[in-house]
This record gives sequence, C-alpha cells and structure tokens, in this order.
Amino acid sequence: MKKFDKERLLLGVAGPVIALVVAVALTSVVLLASGQNPFEPYTLMFQQATYSDIQVLIINQASLYYIAALAVAIGFRMNLFNIGVDGQYQLAAMMAAIVGAHVALPAALQVPLLMVTAICTGALWAGIAGVLKVTRGVSEVVATIMLNAIAVSVISYLWLPDVFGVKLGNNNTTGEMHKSGWVPGFDMGESGEIYGLVILAAVLGIGYWIVLNRTRFGFDLRASGASESAAAASGVNSKRMVLTAMLLSGGIAGLAGLPILLGDTHTYSLNFPTGIGFLGIGIALLGRNSPVGIAFAALLWAWLDKASPELDFHGYDKEIAVIMQGLIVIAVVVSYEAVREWGLRRQQRRVGAELAAGNVLGGSNNTEKEVAGR
Amino acid sequence: MTTATDVNQPTLQPAAPGSRRLSLPVLLLVIAGGLALTSIVRIITGADGITNVSQMSTALELAVPIGLAGLGGLWAERSGVVNIGLEGMMILGTWFGAWAGYQWGPWTGILIGVIGGAIGGLLHAIMTVTFNVNHIVSGVAINILALGATRYLSPLAFEGVPGGSAKQSPPVESLGQFTVPGLSDWLSTLNSKGWFFVSDLAGLLGGLVTDVSWLTLIAVALIPATWWILWRSPFGLRLRSCGENPIAAESLGVNVYKYKYIAVIISGGLAGLGGVFLSIVANPFYLEGQTAGRGYIGLAAMIFGNWMPGGLALGAVLFGYTDSLNLRGGSENVHALLLLGAILLAIGAIWLAVKKKYVSAVITLVIGVLVFLWYSMTNEVPSQIVSATPYVITLLVLSLSAQRLRMPKADGLPYRKGQGK
Repeated sequence: MKKFDKERLLLGVAGPVIALVVAVALTSVVLLASGQNPFEPYTLMFQQATYSDIQVLIINQASLYYIAALAVAIGFRMNLFNIGVDGQYQLAAMMAAIVGAHVALPAALQVPLLMVTAICTGALWAGIAGVLKVTRGVSEVVATIMLNAIAVSVISYLWLPDVFGVKLGNNNTTGEMHKSGWVPGFDMGESGEIYGLVILAAVLGIGYWIVLNRTRFGFDLRASGASESAAAASGVNSKRMVLTAMLLSGGIAGLAGLPILLGDTHTYSLNFPTGIGFLGIGIALLGRNSPVGIAFAALLWAWLDKASPELDFHGYDKEIAVIMQGLIVIAVVVSYEAVREWGLRRQQRRVGAELAAGNVLGGSNNTEKEVAGR
Repeated sequence: MTTATDVNQPTLQPAAPGSRRLSLPVLLLVIAGGLALTSIVRIITGADGITNVSQMSTALELAVPIGLAGLGGLWAERSGVVNIGLEGMMILGTWFGAWAGYQWGPWTGILIGVIGGAIGGLLHAIMTVTFNVNHIVSGVAINILALGATRYLSPLAFEGVPGGSAKQSPPVESLGQFTVPGLSDWLSTLNSKGWFFVSDLAGLLGGLVTDVSWLTLIAVALIPATWWILWRSPFGLRLRSCGENPIAAESLGVNVYKYKYIAVIISGGLAGLGGVFLSIVANPFYLEGQTAGRGYIGLAAMIFGNWMPGGLALGAVLFGYTDSLNLRGGSENVHALLLLGAILLAIGAIWLAVKKKYVSAVITLVIGVLVFLWYSMTNEVPSQIVSATPYVITLLVLSLSAQRLRMPKADGLPYRKGQGK
C-alpha cells in the first residue's frame, strides 16, 4: 500500500516538474535564438524575489490570481469551462466600486456589503450562462465568451458620465469609494503594504478544500466531473449541479478584483487590471485544481510578472516572462496528459502481469483496487 | 482532462429530427426579406445611412476577418477538433503578416501571415490529436502563448525601424483595391435616389464593388470553395467523417490523425489570413491587441451558422454590419434599427402564435412593444449598447435554437487509433 502511494506521489510531482524544466529549456532556446544570454535572466529574476518590496508586490498580485484561479478550478472539477471569469470579476469589481462610492455605511457593514455586491454580480453573470446551459442546452464555453464581450460594453456604458462614471482627465473612473469601504493593509514599512484581503484569498482556499473534500456537495461535484452518468445513477441532479457550480464559480470570480479595489485603487478605472480571468485558467491548470497547487502556481505567475520589469534594465525584454508563462501552460497540459497516460499504461501492464501469473484469485486488496481504478 | 469537451452539445434531446439546413435559396430569401424590411424602416425613419454604399463597404471589410476566423473554426470542428485557439492563431497572423509585409511587400506578408497562423494550428493539432489534451485547454494555452510570443517579438523586430515601435509595426504597403468602373458609380447614384428596395439593393451591391481589396475577394471566394471541398469532394467527405464518427472512418481505412492534422493546420492558416487582413488591409500596420477578440467572434459566427459555410457568412456579415454602425458613428442609424428590431419581434410573435406557442408569442410581443416604446421615446442609442448587440443576438439565437443546431457528432471528443476495437 505504501509503495503504491509513493508511486502516485511521484506521478503527481513528475507532471509539473517536467513541465517547468521543459518550459525553462524552451525559454532559454528563445533567448539564445534572439542572441542573448540564456541563463542570466533567471538569476536576475531570482535576485528580484529576495527584495522585500518585490515580495510584497508578488503576494498582492498572487492574491488576485489565486481567487480567479479558484473560480476556474471549481468549474474544472466538474468539467465545466467557465471561460467567463474575466468578465465576471471585472463587472463585479465595477459594481462594488459603484456601490462603494454611493453608499456610506460603517466599515463593519460596508465591507461585507461590497463583498456581497461583488459575489452577487459575479454569480449573476455566470448564472446567465448556467441557466442557458441547463434550460436551453447552450454550451457554457460559448455563452461565457459572449458574456465577456457583453461585460465590456456594460462596463463602458456604466463609465458614461451621466450613468455612474467620473472623468479624471483622460481616465474613466467610478469616483472614489467612501473611506469606510477601504480595507487597511498590513504595513511592511519601507517595502509597502500587503492587501488586507490577502486573508480573503487564503480563507477562500481553505473553504474550497473543505467544501470539495469534506461535504456531500463537494463529493457530488467531483463525482459529476469524474463521470456524469455514474453521478446521475447515484442520485445527483446534474442540472442543479451545473447551475450551482456555475453560480459558485461566478461568485468567487466576483471576489477576484476586490483585494486591489478595496486595498489600493479604491475606484474602478481604465487602469484596473484586466485579463486576470484568462490567466486564472492557466494557473488553475498548473495547480491541478488543488488549493495548494494553485497557490504555488499563483505565486509563480506573480513572480514572473513582478520580477520581469527589472530585465529591461539589463538589456533583456521583460516580455520573455509572458512567453515563459505561455510555454509553462502548454508544457503543463501536455506533460500532465502524457504522465497520466504513462501511469495508466504502467498500471495496466502490472495488472496484466499479475493476472498472467495467476495471482488474481489469491491477490491482495491492492490488485483489486487497481483493477477498479482503471 | 480527456473527457468530452462538450462545446454546445445540447444537454436536452434534440426537439425535432428534421434537418434544417440553410440551403442557398433559403439564404437568399432571408437576405431579400431582411433587405425589404430594412428598406421600409429606412423610408419611415429617414435614416438613409443604414443602407448606403460606404456603410455596406465598411460592413464587408469588418465582416471579412470574422468570417475567415469562422471558416477556420469550421474546418477544425468538421474534423472533430474544437478550436478556441483561433484568437491566438489570428494574433500570429497579424504579427507575421505585418512583419513580412513591411519588408518584402504585402503579398509576401499574406503568405507568411498564413504560415504563422498555420504554425499555431500545427501546435494545436500536436496537442489535441497526438497528446490528446483537452481541446479547450489547448486552445486557451495557445491564446496565451501567441500573445506572449508576439509581445516578445515586437520590440525585437519593430523598435528602431522608422515608423515602428515596441507595440506597432512600420507601415505595410497597400495591397491595392479595385472599384468596378461604371457599375460602382451607377449603383451609388441608384443608392442615393432613395427608392424602396431598389436603392437598398444598390447600396448592398455597391458595397461589394466599391473599393474592394483583393484579399476581400479571396476571402469571399473561400466560402463557396470551402463548401465545395468539404461537401463535394472525396477529401472533404473523409475529413467530415473524422468529425462525425472517427471509429467508422478508421474502419474504412481513413487515416484519422492525418485528416485531423490537415484540418487543424488549414484552420490555423485561415485564422492567420483573417489576422493578415487586419494588419495589412484594414490597417496598414500591426498593433498590439489588434484582433480584439475577433477569433472568439468568428467561433460564435460559425455556431450561429450551424457549422455550415453559408450560415457562417451570414453570421459574419451580421457582426460586421453592427460593428460598422458603431464605427461610422450612426447613433441615429442605430436608433432607426430599433424599429426594425421591433418589427422583427412582432413577426416572430405572429409566427409563434401560428405555431400555437402562445406563451412564447406573448413574451416576444411584449419585448417587441418595449423595443418600439424605446424607439419612440428616445432619439439616439448609446454606442455601448450597439457594440453589445451582436453578442446578445448570438446568445438569443443560441438559446432559441441550440437544440436545433447540429454540431459534428464527435466534435471535441478524444480519439485514439484502435479505440473502437
């Protein structure tokens, strides 16, 4: 039994490690091809990670990525592709900013109000796709892509000065939020401030683990993802699962923009980060939908983002980090698939060998389990 | 991640088995009907802009990249591979097209741009066909990589060149465009008369013969060409059989891997051509973020068109036309189209009532009345609503007809040689 677990662990680690090695090697090839030192950028970027101000930036950025990736991962766990996290978090952040600018309650009420606003907006936007899927059979992939595009229009409509917009020079904003909605950060002295809502990201990660692994709902969700027909046979209402998962995913997506909104910008403007939803897809893939894996992946992504600007000062292009992110995602998905198939084949061969040796009747529990595991 | 990708697979049972293919006469009838209605609306509202020659010509130009991306999606999905990576392949097309175009002329640019897109397609094929990675995951990864690659390459290739910057390429020489002499002028005159139907038809046709780029012509020709290759040639039959039932195709001796590879590479090439169109014809340079999600819209146009070339073209034109309304600043024109929307909704309500679907009919009628009230209460429409319109329409069409749309049967499913044994 112990040996079996070790092998599984090995297979689990092999995927990301191979992927990272391949991605780094390919990035070095790209660097070589553009006539630059293939190793120095890494040392420069590692060096950056030792500075405390960069560390603060990395943690702050990672909190946004982490929440967005969790939202994507919930869908992934049951084979739902919520491509729309991007639109959901942007629209949710904007609604929270608007509410924050027009409602002034004491902080103890204001912050929860803003969170509920964001959760509801995100869930509503994802819920449209969920309802269309369960009632009309529209693919959630296409529906969420359309909803992303619609969200862009809605946002620019809400930015109009006679709707909720406030013009600041050339920038569209939603006006500054009331101070009671600001979430104070952790002061790190010279190095800056860690967003207070980094805590929220951690809480969400723990909640994600508990719900998926320790509740009936989580079991149903994972069962629906592993085999829809088996889940249906055991009494899971697949339509309700799809809708719930979509709403939950959208609700979490809605929170993705809040750490920076309540901790730093205090308004939704043209400078608000976009595209985090799409990055979240890559991060969820890299983290294998597990809360710990996603945390590492989010930190890796944030590190590539925040350490790369330094490269510009040393004659490299910081965009090499973006290439690396793309290569990591591709290497990751290919290596996971390859490792999975390799593991399956290995298992089949072993079971085959044991069957041939006539062990099956007197076989241990272990063998039976593996046969079932196919 | 090897489970079914399930793009647009209706979760409900198909409503009626009868096939509802959009044949050519039906398509022409729909276009003529739409034009007649538009004409009525134009005469009532006096918004002459909605069918004038330059409007139509802009609409065509905007429809081409969407249509090309959609064609790319069609090729891939007909062979059973879902291609969300169209956006990334288009990005590669814009970059490589402009990069080669500014150095060696626009035609070389087109060729290199198509090759750039095809490389993206090849990568998608390797990941989905050989490694059996989930199609959507692979597509998303390609979109991320293509964006990163072009962002990295732009400063290296364009910075320091006159007219170029880290985000923009130097200008590319024009490909040249043609106007059919005589005919164009005659149609423009006819268009300006303001007669019922005739002038609108003249506007539509005028848009097709005035200042048309050669690449537009190629793109338009690719639609019937695709139809002929996929539905009338043995090669196309084999390719489509891979998308419908790869195991059956395999049993008949078709090399499914080969056909999937070919289809996805062509798909990438077509998306690349759409990208080239953006960076050589629509604008004479590459600009970061130039595709602005058109790859996704192309995919939507394809689904809108029920995985058929004719329907796809109609979808692309719809998207292009709404885009052109936005671009030409016609808030008055858009306002006029509200009336058209109200009329269409009323017709839809009558249609539903005839089919005895009274609840839907009443809902449609109420929405129609609301749109009409909106039309009569206001004088113009915010441009943001206009830009959202094609997406809303696509969602509506999908939600009304998703059960009637028929995607290739094995679309998005993993396939391994010999799995049927």
